[in-house]
Amino acid sequence: MSAPLLVAEGLYRRFGETVALVDAALRIDEGEVVAVLGSSGSGKSTLLHCLAGIVRPDRGRIVFDGQDLVTMSDARRSALRRDAFGFVFQFGQLVPELTCLENVALPLRLARVPRRAAEQRAGQWLERLEVTEVAGKRPGEVSGGQGQRVAVARALVTRPRVIFADEPTGALDSLNGERVMRLLTEAARDTGAAVVLVTHEARVAAYSDREVVVRDGRTRNLEVAA
Amino acid sequence: MCIVLRMSIGQTFLGLLEATPRHGYDIKRRYDEHFGHARPVAYGQVYATLSRLLRGGLVEVEAVEPGEGPDRKRYAITEAGVTDVAQWLARPEQPEPYLQSVLYTKVVLALLTGRQAAELLDVQRAEHLRLMRDLTRRKRDGDLAEQLICDHALFHLEADLRWLELTTARLDELAAQVRR
Repeated sequence: MSAPLLVAEGLYRRFGETVALVDAALRIDEGEVVAVLGSSGSGKSTLLHCLAGIVRPDRGRIVFDGQDLVTMSDARRSALRRDAFGFVFQFGQLVPELTCLENVALPLRLARVPRRAAEQRAGQWLERLEVTEVAGKRPGEVSGGQGQRVAVARALVTRPRVIFADEPTGALDSLNGERVMRLLTEAARDTGAAVVLVTHEARVAAYSDREVVVRDGRTRNLEVAA
Repeated sequence: MCIVLRMSIGQTFLGLLEATPRHGYDIKRRYDEHFGHARPVAYGQVYATLSRLLRGGLVEVEAVEPGEGPDRKRYAITEAGVTDVAQWLARPEQPEPYLQSVLYTKVVLALLTGRQAAELLDVQRAEHLRLMRDLTRRKRDGDLAEQLICDHALFHLEADLRWLELTTARLDELAAQVRR
């Protein structure tokens, strides 16, 4: 069996008096879509933030492609997040002053790709996400579903190895949510990216290859009985 | 997946006949196209249903056409048939109360016998999610009719999963109550 792309073991994290993760673990292989399910406050978002190098666990080990995220310097973690990871959050978190095209091109510009090339690639991703009509509009001028598809395009534009999606359909109606999930998982599979999908909705989790449940900060792999 | 309950096949046939008279074969073809999906209706059931509708005065034989094999009958809906299908369409379906839950019984018995109720709920949850994944894949490859049928099942499974989650969260409370 090949080494997992991302593996976390024995994660423990507390915020003040609140213990968010206790001995949490997760492994994800290249190109795999894994749903992290759990109710509000279960610790699933903290787990995602640890895996993505946003939050450092108090204890435990996180290894991405042979590199230890826990002991890595902040600068190196930032570079990794920019180059190897893509992010989709519940409310898009697009930059309101930029057009949708500029938003999608932004990660490439931060990686010093020239404007023209960056915007050309951004345009291709907007097309892929079926949202070319909003290229020249600002995020405030587009619908929630369109904005979220722009956010997915932005997450994919650098061809990341892992996409972290935290409740990506949480603010959308059923129809738009389904469209975002279909496009996100199809695009990830085509590019070979792995997806860590945090959600409390089972219908969203059903787009994954397998599920991990977080309950009171502990992870549990769900396996169907033979 | 059979989407028309046995009891409503008659009304479904009447609805198909309301637009135009049809032969038994044509009724089967239209039925399978719209509602049969993974389980087409059997010829035997088609003709048994038409016989029942005929006896009830809801359809009539409009024409008998000779063919190489048995004569082909063309069926037409009667006034009584139109009234019957109109009443059926207008009548709301009884929502399923789902009060007799086998799962609830299993959870209580697990608690009473000192077994791992949380484990039982997780196994069930995995089974539900597996089916939801299959339906989601089927939906992705299907036409609009297939998508809507799968959605109906997915929403019901999701409701079950919410119950599983809620029950898991309240297991300690339930354990204290049943062991009292």
